[in-house]
Amino acid sequence: MTIAFSDMTASPTRTLGSSGRRVSRFFETGSRGVAVAAGGVVILALGGVTVFLTVQGWPAWTAASGLPQNASSLWALAGPLAFGSVWASAIALVLTAPISVGVALFLSEYAPRRVARVLGSVVDVLAAVPSVVFGLWGLMVLAPMLAGPYAWLSAKMGWFPLFSGQSSATGRTILTAAIVLSIMMTPIMASVCREAFTQTPQALREAAIALGSTPWEVIRLAVLPYGRSAMISGCMLALGRALGETMAVAMVLSATPGLVSLQVLTSSNPNTTAAFIAQNFPEAHGMQVSALIALGLVLFAITFVVNAVARRVARPRKEA
Amino acid sequence: MSHISARPASLPPISLPRRVTAHVAHLLILGLFLIALAPLASLVVTVVSRGWSRLDPTFFTSSMRGVVGAGGGALHAIVGTLLITLAAVVISAPIGIAAAVYLVEYGRGALARALTFLVDVMTGIPSIVAGLFAYAVLSALLGPGARSGLAGALALSVLMVPVVVRSSEEMLRLVPSDLREAALALGSPVYRTILRVVLPTAAPGLVSGVMLGMCRIVGETAPLLLVAGFTDSMNYDLADGRMATLPVFIYSQWQNAGRDHVAYENRAWTAALVLIAMVFAMNLAARLWSSRKVR
Repeated sequence: MTIAFSDMTASPTRTLGSSGRRVSRFFETGSRGVAVAAGGVVILALGGVTVFLTVQGWPAWTAASGLPQNASSLWALAGPLAFGSVWASAIALVLTAPISVGVALFLSEYAPRRVARVLGSVVDVLAAVPSVVFGLWGLMVLAPMLAGPYAWLSAKMGWFPLFSGQSSATGRTILTAAIVLSIMMTPIMASVCREAFTQTPQALREAAIALGSTPWEVIRLAVLPYGRSAMISGCMLALGRALGETMAVAMVLSATPGLVSLQVLTSSNPNTTAAFIAQNFPEAHGMQVSALIALGLVLFAITFVVNAVARRVARPRKEA
Repeated sequence: MSHISARPASLPPISLPRRVTAHVAHLLILGLFLIALAPLASLVVTVVSRGWSRLDPTFFTSSMRGVVGAGGGALHAIVGTLLITLAAVVISAPIGIAAAVYLVEYGRGALARALTFLVDVMTGIPSIVAGLFAYAVLSALLGPGARSGLAGALALSVLMVPVVVRSSEEMLRLVPSDLREAALALGSPVYRTILRVVLPTAAPGLVSGVMLGMCRIVGETAPLLLVAGFTDSMNYDLADGRMATLPVFIYSQWQNAGRDHVAYENRAWTAALVLIAMVFAMNLAARLWSSRKVR
């Protein structure tokens, strides 16, 4: 923790001459004012998101007609979409968490340092690839590639509820969307974990080594416990990104309106909130725009809750 | 630092199960790493091989105005991306860095807590929500249906400011208190300490924070699709009318593909190649710059 200037009241500034003091006080107040104003602008802008979305989306909350897809009410529209968002993100998180921790451990513990630096920036490149490119790739490369394995999975493992139903011939299912999401989430979570893992105090590592640990036991005894809060906050960051991810899902997923389904291999899939907004906004008008803005507020509320819960989970660990 | 493998000689040899576990863990972790890299390899190969076909001068010198089928280019989208990104940086960098200075150097009490909380929450704001926000602001001011590049920049700033605040805050906190105390002890007032000691010390980190934010927004599609819209023509005016950008160009080439859909797909892949090259160059520049300064 740094010591903020507000704690240092006895500044030697006082020894300046009176004019110097006045000038200095002027700049003092000025610079403080600029900093406070910037903070205020950020708070206003960020708080403004809620206000504007509420106001502009207001008519849609009570409307019974004119909504997209001729939905009977906004709730009938928002429910299945919210489910789709959470479901796709949950699958993606399950896929991405072990891979990210593996990547982080490989880079921090196993790879020689020079190699790790190069490979680390290669992983960072993955984070820099725009989501629309992932969408294009998922749509044209990944989905056709997965159609075969999906058919096999549904034939051999159809008894498992998630894999039941007729498998999609195009491969554009919610599982494909979740895989694309997990690819996009991996570098985010991995870099958070890696940072924490490399910062494991040397004393902890040495203590584990002095007890005769193998490299894996050093990880289990020192690195993983030390990085626990980072892993949780990495998950949270990744989940937030996945919930709000729009273009990749909008392009990869072939969705059925208003569907709620847990099957991950069929050609009828629930849509996600973000993708639905992007697909419908360019042609929307009147009440439909209000409805889409209201859906944006719902999505915002979901990510807000996820972030708040994750913060609460992560906080007590951080102090330990 | 993590590669101390010398095992104290006084300890007994490691039992077989433990050795096996260690090796299995090693292989498993290596495997997970390779799994993570496989999509990247596939993506790079596809983007380069399919984007190559339209990487010609026409692509960089003409727009899509009046083009149906093959031909045409993305100049309008490249210009749009540069203008909108620049505008977003001009808005976000000063606000973000100043807010971070406030948090680190002055921040106490309710305002600082509210700011930290909001920045935390907003780091996770879905980009499409930022787009809806910019649209809502714009239509409250100018009436519904308005689209402009500036609105796009506004939406991107909502995404970029939290990144800049977060990373700048971290960088400012890394500046040793000793430096601040030394400057104050020499009689330097607080604002000069910040301007002459704290900010210069943290400068490489601040710049790479801004670059990080830029990389975050330059590929954003959803908000621009909503508020900057799409057009086939050149538009140099941020304040007026629809403005094409590379990400939205990619999306719309796929979405609105005509009968000769391969031509549209090729344009999309080439645009993807150009976009990735831009992001990559930006990343590289940030890295080189900050490493030069640190030394």
